[in-house]
Amino acid sequence: MEKEAILEVRHLSKTFGTNPVLRDINFEISEGDVISVIGPSGSGKSTLLRCINLLETPTAGSILFRGRDIKELGKDVFSYRAKVGMVFQSFNLFDNLTVMENCTLGQIKVLHKNREESEEYALQILSRVGMAPYCNARPRQLSGGQKQRVAIARAMALNPEVILFDEPTSALDPELVGEVLDVMRDLAEQGMTMAVVTHEMAFARQVSNRVVFMDDGVIMEEGSPEELFTDPQNDRTREFLGRYLGR
Amino acid sequence: MSKFSQLLQDVLRLCIKYYPMYFAGMKNTVLLALVGTVLGCMIGFVCGVLNTVPYDIRDPFRKRVLVRIMRTIIRAYVELFRGTPMVLQAVFIYYALPYFTDGAARFSSVWAASILVVSVNTGAYMTESVRGGIIAVDPGQVEGAMAIGLNHVQAMMYVILPQAIRSILPQIGNNFIINLKDTSVMFMISFTDFFAAHRGVVGATYLYFPSAVIEMVGYLTMTLISSFLLRKMEQRLEGSSSFELVVADHLTLTSGVYRNPASGELFIERNRDYAGKD
Ligand SMILES: Nc1ncnc2c1ncn2[C@@H]1O[C@H](COP(=O)(O)OP(=O)(O)OP(=O)(O)O)[C@@H](O)[C@H]1O
Ligand SMILES: [Mg+2]
Repeated sequence: MEKEAILEVRHLSKTFGTNPVLRDINFEISEGDVISVIGPSGSGKSTLLRCINLLETPTAGSILFRGRDIKELGKDVFSYRAKVGMVFQSFNLFDNLTVMENCTLGQIKVLHKNREESEEYALQILSRVGMAPYCNARPRQLSGGQKQRVAIARAMALNPEVILFDEPTSALDPELVGEVLDVMRDLAEQGMTMAVVTHEMAFARQVSNRVVFMDDGVIMEEGSPEELFTDPQNDRTREFLGRYLGR
Repeated sequence: MSKFSQLLQDVLRLCIKYYPMYFAGMKNTVLLALVGTVLGCMIGFVCGVLNTVPYDIRDPFRKRVLVRIMRTIIRAYVELFRGTPMVLQAVFIYYALPYFTDGAARFSSVWAASILVVSVNTGAYMTESVRGGIIAVDPGQVEGAMAIGLNHVQAMMYVILPQAIRSILPQIGNNFIINLKDTSVMFMISFTDFFAAHRGVVGATYLYFPSAVIEMVGYLTMTLISSFLLRKMEQRLEGSSSFELVVADHLTLTSGVYRNPASGELFIERNRDYAGKD
């Protein structure tokens, strides 16, 4: 059974000044996919996610969302962003709002739901990530792991079709990484479509169905975790994994 | 010592005889400063937010041109009104109308002219304060707002300005206090503020120094009270530093229940009042 593509990236390039950061990137995210994007620092992983979310403007190529070029979205760019959730390395929770308000703002302003509905739904989502008891807290009162779980809830509250994670655990103390990965694993098991930039190789291997290795702005290799981790075809992949897995 | 008792006598005499004039002047000064600052802030917020509208090559040509023109106009406005003395601006605006219309049109009231001058002048300073305040907010906050699909104005209203206000509020206070003092130049267009009262009184009594003492004390009283109130407001804005865990079965609360039996209103941040009461 062929899964339906949610996002198709076609010949995407991004240049900052004269610095080519992404070069002719092609890949797809289909329903139910959990894609891990790995690669050395500076290889363009964040830039790729940011282009998909239109936080950066691609220099060339196209990105199709459900078959529609996102360059041509016009005013629909706002509802598009709600459908493509984003979780940042540095959380980026709204510091002036409570946990609850963080999770209802988008529902109310972007999805035009009323406050009661939004709060009810936000509370359901917050319980799923174990943060419901903190709904009155402000972000600065939370630990990093708690913040990231709220950030995931904030994205989830908009019922996204896919969530992009940019190194969601890299800013966390080691003992807090587990709680966030657990939440992400749960989401994956419940069928959420996800693209995760990560350095957590165990997570990439166990949870994702596809792994993409990027280096120097290019997708060097792509495949199932089985293929990529046990039998990498590309020298750069092998070298990178060797450094990471201590082989 | 006799000089001082003489001064005291003169001051008292002026106070008793002319207090309605001084008070009326004070009232006008406070009113003009207040209205001018409020309107100036509105101008400042609008211009400051417009000035930070982002654009990039993806946007249609028309929008890019529009944004550029808007920024240029706002820039010119700020430079013009920050770069010239308010007293000149007052004269300039007040006499421009009759000059160009050969006297056919003029400001019907000095109030209108004065409020216009003070708010436009304050607006120029506030535009820069608001822009600075917006830029000082962590860029991650803007990205978070964009990522959930808010547009520029929504991101400003609900996320950025509420955070920028911490650095903007002291500027509003500064501007208000500056306006309390600087509206004294409005006598140039015959506005009857507190300083105009002084000019009226000395015109009739020639008691220059005693009246100046009254003015000094009067202005200082107004500015000190304002400083005090502004500091209170800032403290108010700092808000609570603690929160309470909501301990209850959340799943029951998702089914249309909005009041937590144990801890009252679930969604109201109760700790807010707590900061106000201390
Ligand atoms: N706004 C920008 N302006 C100029 N150059 C940029 C900008 N953002 C990123 N870059 C450059 O693009 C390259 C790729 O950056 P990117 O953040 O996408 O890498 P990454 O793979 O996410 O790395 P990391 O693992 O460290 O997060 C880097 O060389 C970086 O310096
Ligand atoms: Mg990165």
